[in-house]
Amino acid sequence: MKQFLAFVRKEFYHIFRDKRTLMVLFGMPIAQLLLFGFAITTEVNNANIGIYNQSPGQFSNDLVQRMTGSDFFRLSANINSEAEMLEAFQTNKLKMVVVIPPKFEQNVTAGNAKIQLIADGSDPNLATILTSSAEAVIMTWMKERAGTNIQIETIDPQVRWHYNPELKSAEMFVPGVVTIILMLVSAMLTSISITREKELGTIEILYVSPLKPAVIIVGKVLPFAILSIINAILILLVAWLVFSVPVNGSVVLLLFEMLLFIMTSLGLGVLISTVADSQQTALMLSLFGLMMPTILLSGFIFPIANMPLPLQVISNIIPAKWFLIIIKNIMLKGIGMAYIWKETLILLGMTAFFIGVSVKKFKIRLQ
Amino acid sequence: MVEFHNINKSYGENEAVKDVSFSVGEGELFGLIGPDGAGKSTLFRILTTVLLADSGNVLFNGKDVVADYKYIRENVGYMPGKFSLYQDLSVTENLKFFATIFNTTIDENYELIKDIYQQLEPFGNRKAGALSGGMKQKLALSCALIHKPKVLVLDEPTFGVDAVSRKEFWDMLKSLKAKGVTILVSTPYMDEAELCDRIALIQKGRILDINTPKGIVEQFERQLFIVSNVAIYPALQALENNPATQNAYSFGQEIHVYADEITSANAIKQVLENGGLKNPEVSVGTPNIEDCFMDLMVRGNLEESAHA
Repeated sequence: MKQFLAFVRKEFYHIFRDKRTLMVLFGMPIAQLLLFGFAITTEVNNANIGIYNQSPGQFSNDLVQRMTGSDFFRLSANINSEAEMLEAFQTNKLKMVVVIPPKFEQNVTAGNAKIQLIADGSDPNLATILTSSAEAVIMTWMKERAGTNIQIETIDPQVRWHYNPELKSAEMFVPGVVTIILMLVSAMLTSISITREKELGTIEILYVSPLKPAVIIVGKVLPFAILSIINAILILLVAWLVFSVPVNGSVVLLLFEMLLFIMTSLGLGVLISTVADSQQTALMLSLFGLMMPTILLSGFIFPIANMPLPLQVISNIIPAKWFLIIIKNIMLKGIGMAYIWKETLILLGMTAFFIGVSVKKFKIRLQ
Repeated sequence: MVEFHNINKSYGENEAVKDVSFSVGEGELFGLIGPDGAGKSTLFRILTTVLLADSGNVLFNGKDVVADYKYIRENVGYMPGKFSLYQDLSVTENLKFFATIFNTTIDENYELIKDIYQQLEPFGNRKAGALSGGMKQKLALSCALIHKPKVLVLDEPTFGVDAVSRKEFWDMLKSLKAKGVTILVSTPYMDEAELCDRIALIQKGRILDINTPKGIVEQFERQLFIVSNVAIYPALQALENNPATQNAYSFGQEIHVYADEITSANAIKQVLENGGLKNPEVSVGTPNIEDCFMDLMVRGNLEESAHA
């Protein structure tokens, strides 16, 4: 036990004396959270649009005011010709132009008014979001006119979003960021910290000592497990305080599941260190072998249901996929163990497998 | 105390150690002398259980290093060739750590490391990475000794250390030997060989000879001539062109010639003057370990090429 504590103390010295490790440990979660929170967002705010009003009048002015009065759009140019519009698109000044055709005023009263929305399709996602937002605004405007003498035939789709009714992206990315951070900190830092001993040759004197492999492995893993849990709690706090993403379900259950996922990642980290001989290799393996699949195939960014079948199959062996289901269920839907026991079991199985293989592969000699 | 029996070890195609056998007695200071890549580290790693031999076995205090590796790991003090302490830990933290993982404390075995560690104590809070070469080596030795090992294995401990620190280090080994510790040390420096009780000369994975330093020197059967006051390169060429003086090697500003047939300094002088060198000085010399090593190495190579 004394040996073990001495080993853990030594690991904490390493961690707190290495600026790079500290950066990855505490700098990165904050940076990721802020990046995803503020920069990489699927909400549209203040998109620059232009108005090409060929029929100035009461109705058109009212509509323009309605559109630019929302948070979605900002009127940044009044267009007077088609050439002007093209130039605005080419110089990237505008993302969308609302074209109000001639005779709009008369047509509104006649009941067959048309409006053209021209969007910059080079960013298809944005274009879709902008046009549908604009349609929604126009639709609402038309409806409000309905009581007056304008008759408009429209289809009125009723859409309701469950769990994230405002489609706030924070509720989408917080579980994802937690997943990535836990995976990264646990697996990458553990594998690097073990391979560092190999690279510096200190592993040789650890071998030539009465230390048991289990003491070395657990001693390496424990500090990162503790720091990862602290990290996870910090992220949840920031998510709650800055982005107002609450934990709807049981916090205790969530922490337990996080601990499980941390164990999975630590197992992977030890596994990586048994095959990698240098810190460089360990870093590469962690980044490309773990991070990329975690980001791309876990369902964090791209929905798994939309993937081609082979990738859907592969996604099943990504631990993060299962954890993401669990954490989303607990955080957003607020449901309990009854609905996530299957995913939990899968993670448990994976963890047992990774730890088993790493202990088996962990060498007691060089080579 | 330590017995190597017919050890072989290859790394892929490269045979690092070929059929090596030797034994080291209790309380002996035994030196493994040879150039880089001779197989010294491989032998030490097999002894300290971190490498497995392809064939042969090693006994450590009567216990097999493979079957009873746990016993060896508890009873050997090992200082690898590369400085292998934690550079980001301070002197005291390193020593404490190694004491604890060997289930002991600094106080318990302080007596053994006292002389060495006292020199380090003023730098107790300094990070190991910021120490000078000589200090690092003293710390590494302290860490290897802290659990009072039966056998101390030191792989090129003085490599890259200044002359004064090297001398201090060997004084420390002497006093450890006096305390009854069996010591195996490897070094590429021939001058250190003479400080050992017995030495094994090793080259290309083979043991050339095992003897006391004195015994090795006495075995030198040829006549040694020392040539000075000449330009080294042309002189070497002149000597090598003559079959009788072809075993000529430069030692700094001198050339050592190992001869079988020629027995007078004048004959060597003649060879040099015939080669166009002016006023060479030639004297009869007493061979040192390095001369013996060079001589054994040449013979070994000759035998090898004869076999091939």
